[in-house]
Amino acid sequence: MAVPILKQGPFLIATIQAALTDSDVLQLRDDVMAQVTRHRSRGIIVDVTALDVMDSFVSRSLQGISRMTRLRGADTVIVGIQPEVAFAMVQLGMSFEDVLTALDLEEGLALLQRPRKETGDGGG
Amino acid sequence: MAAEPHESVIPIESDADVVLARQRAREMSAALELTSTDQTLLATAISEVARNITTYAVRGEVILSMIRDAAGRRGIQVIARDDGPGIENLELALQDGYTSGGGLGLGLPGARRLVHEFDIETTPGQGTKVTLVMWERESARAA
Repeated sequence: MAVPILKQGPFLIATIQAALTDSDVLQLRDDVMAQVTRHRSRGIIVDVTALDVMDSFVSRSLQGISRMTRLRGADTVIVGIQPEVAFAMVQLGMSFEDVLTALDLEEGLALLQRPRKETGDGGG
Repeated sequence: MAAEPHESVIPIESDADVVLARQRAREMSAALELTSTDQTLLATAISEVARNITTYAVRGEVILSMIRDAAGRRGIQVIARDDGPGIENLELALQDGYTSGGGLGLGLPGARRLVHEFDIETTPGQGTKVTLVMWERESARAA
């Protein structure tokens, strides 16, 4: 099942609607990259509220989307990770350390709209 | 009301079958009134071991059964088996971060941490059988 991706101003919002097969996840990655390029998006939100399982494949793929879009100058925020899913991910060993996350869509948009932090430690 | 199924066999040949296996497991664990967290942990573990089948063995099956221990405690047993290449070095395959399939190497060690019981039998050249068990919580029985 394809994941719809909506354009909202400078951002893209991908809302996962149901359980994803591995091929759906790879399709999502390709679609996000294509749309980021087409719309010159500055940020992407991937809403995973509907996912009742995030195994190592899905987690690794989302991490991949986050890293790839960052190389294009766009931040990705994963929103809506369910409490049980978060617990399972930690037990599994998925750290998600370099991935931005937020509670829900609203918080995710707020995170993307924040002024960007300067990279490096110049600010002290 | 139809009787709840006590055993379910799901052939695993594609990534859609992996999704089906964990959905079946969730239905069964909901029928057994496992906690929502335990349902999620079990479904995640099944996803990992079923994906190993499609990645390494091409095809195999997942068998879900409702079981009881000597004390009458109920649980769900998951057997994921295949006739694939087997695992040459089991000790290595159970270590975090080791992979021969291009993944993160969290599959087997991760699945082991998610469930109450974990067992694996493998013979190089003949196949692999992984058994997982998730038991109901004591408090669920007292209720």
